[in-house]
Amino acid sequence: MTKEERLKKRHSAEKRFRFYGLASIFLALLFVLILVHNIFSKGSSAFMKTAINVEVFFDQELLEIKNGASDDEILEADFFDITIESLIKVYPAKNVEEEDALIELFTTDAEIEIKRAFLENNNLIGKKINLEITASDDIDQLHKGNYPRDIPEDRRRISDFQLVIYDNLVENQKIIKNFNNYFFKNGDSRDPELAGIGGALIGSFYSIIICLLLAFPVAVLASIYLEEFAPKNKITDFIEININNLAAVPSIVYGLLALQILLATIQLPRSTPLVAGITLALMTLPRIIIPCRASLKAVPPSIREGALAVGASKFQSVFHHVVPLALPGTLSGTIIGLAQALGETAPLILIGMVAFVVDIPSTPIDPSSSLPVQVYLWSESAERGFVEKTSATIMMLLSFLIVMNFLAVYLRQKFEKRWN
Amino acid sequence: MNKIISVIFGFLLVLSFTTNSYSRDQIKIVGSSTVYPYATVVAEKFGKSGKFKTPVIESTGTGGGMKLFCAGVGVNHPDVTNASRAIKPKEKALCEKNGVAEIIEIVVGNDGISFAHAVSAPDADFTKEQLWRALAAKVDVDGKLVENPYKKWSDIDASLPNKKIEILIAPPTSGTRDAWNSLVMGKGCTKTAKSLYDAAGKKAKKECAKMREDGYAVEAGENDTLIVQKLTSNPDAYGFFGYSYLVSNKDKVKAASIEGVQPSLEGIQDYSYPIARPLFFYVKKAHIGVVPGIEEYLKEFTSKKSMGNRGYLSKIGLVPLATDKYKVTRTAALDLNTISIK
Repeated sequence: MTKEERLKKRHSAEKRFRFYGLASIFLALLFVLILVHNIFSKGSSAFMKTAINVEVFFDQELLEIKNGASDDEILEADFFDITIESLIKVYPAKNVEEEDALIELFTTDAEIEIKRAFLENNNLIGKKINLEITASDDIDQLHKGNYPRDIPEDRRRISDFQLVIYDNLVENQKIIKNFNNYFFKNGDSRDPELAGIGGALIGSFYSIIICLLLAFPVAVLASIYLEEFAPKNKITDFIEININNLAAVPSIVYGLLALQILLATIQLPRSTPLVAGITLALMTLPRIIIPCRASLKAVPPSIREGALAVGASKFQSVFHHVVPLALPGTLSGTIIGLAQALGETAPLILIGMVAFVVDIPSTPIDPSSSLPVQVYLWSESAERGFVEKTSATIMMLLSFLIVMNFLAVYLRQKFEKRWN
Repeated sequence: MNKIISVIFGFLLVLSFTTNSYSRDQIKIVGSSTVYPYATVVAEKFGKSGKFKTPVIESTGTGGGMKLFCAGVGVNHPDVTNASRAIKPKEKALCEKNGVAEIIEIVVGNDGISFAHAVSAPDADFTKEQLWRALAAKVDVDGKLVENPYKKWSDIDASLPNKKIEILIAPPTSGTRDAWNSLVMGKGCTKTAKSLYDAAGKKAKKECAKMREDGYAVEAGENDTLIVQKLTSNPDAYGFFGYSYLVSNKDKVKAASIEGVQPSLEGIQDYSYPIARPLFFYVKKAHIGVVPGIEEYLKEFTSKKSMGNRGYLSKIGLVPLATDKYKVTRTAALDLNTISIK
């Protein structure tokens, strides 16, 4: 082989390597794109809900309350008749079966929505108003184009007659698309049109706050002690190895630990953000300690020596000089640890967070679900409307993760000092 | 360091005291994922009716639910467990050991396991024996037990389609798999095979239910929605799941007939559809009066408007009980009749 040939060979090896590198990056990006596209195309429609414009006449005949009734009276009053009367006026139905089919086009909460309108303005008796009543999930899915209509009637959830009504409503522009406030406000529900991530959001929020309150101080103090004060001997080496090991322990193991200690021994209540927060804190602790120690280690010894040289105590040198310089790295490590904890599902399954919770939790010891668990629960539901809800919840979770990770990167780049 | 540790332990200790003494005002339910869709609907209606908080329902599977339910009496233990099969003697013994002496059994309704395929595939009809032959780990051929040799449906019976056998099965932890094992694998198992197992000194019931692991039966996980998706994308595959999933996905999947019978409300109700089973839930009597709302929840669940023939549960696929059985269940719910756990 001549010199030129060898040179050519070496150059082509380099070219090949560059090509492989580029190809793998593109492949990875392609997968991310496919994933994101899949989630967005399925989930984006969940942020809108279908509603039907209904004229409601608050007939004194059908209501037991009077104008100016107090909130309690309204809440206890029966709005059933007025709901049915208003709904069946949307389309001329001939008999009771047709009326039933018509009423099925609306959400089961139609009565509550009408009641809510009256709560806002208790002077409506004898008046007519137009209300946008949420449509049932079948109509919602049909209107969004997620449900086929060109198949035989016995395979459809919507009957031919209901399709006729639907077409009529579309023609008269009675069907509207609104921002889906239920998706953010409500807790879980078996009716997809009413289901929301409100409860899961609060549950996740409480869990993460508890996790932060427990994990952050312990992790920071532990890493400062280990890095700055602890003697270097076999015991600290052993501790260091164990911390690294703990960071790699699968999260489900922490779930088992919590099941045994927090639920069985201490008897904390199941399915609560409190237990979730403590479990996640245990899991996150080593994952925060490692970046904290790394950022403390990155502070050059000259800083410490300088402080000691002008007469500062060890404590002063660490807390006045080293820790502030290491803080950006510490914070970004914490945020990334919390982001991981936010997306964690496995340990939560064991402590009973995989539960159907309708009421929005008001304290951390109320039963609650969390965002990733909500994704898991909805993906298992039979109703078609939950498909888009699942993807939309993933979108919310992903956006939180992206925001947290960006924050971590920003903190590091903005405040971190480079020592070169 | 010591201070921090003691602070944390102190914190946990205080928590444990405060939460131990707290009384629960919300019903806690665990158990079967098959009953979960029905129980959640009832719970939501119950919560919306006003007086009580909406019960919290955890889907743990029938076995997991029984374990939690039988762990003891007190607000830290669930009040109700759902089950897609009746309570086993072993579980009764566990309950008794832990002081859960009085249990109310409620039969919720019936569920038919549908053996389904994509709508694009041609209609099919199977007997239980054919299904067993397609799925079993070992089958009898010419009077001998051999590793399952069938690769195509037409190998089992010439009348069946000339297609590769491909069945998505539920994992062993699922109640649907339990029911499938006893109703299809147990009943479809041939007499020859059973006597061969007996002769070899093995338990025929257990051996008949063993499924093949050579790639023709694929475990598809607990997620029934996923099974529906997989069936849609592969018209040659079959899968089984609860009747409610068939009702919700009528546009995507179609049930095969079993012994000539299509799953239907009536067929499942009178068990003329061969793979139908009752669903249950169990209530701890000791918790009634301690946790508010249990009696009312029982009443709501067993009322005609939920469990009845035109009730809201029948709309999502629960097959209502026949009249005489309904009466027994309703009386048990109203009078809080307990079952014997001996």
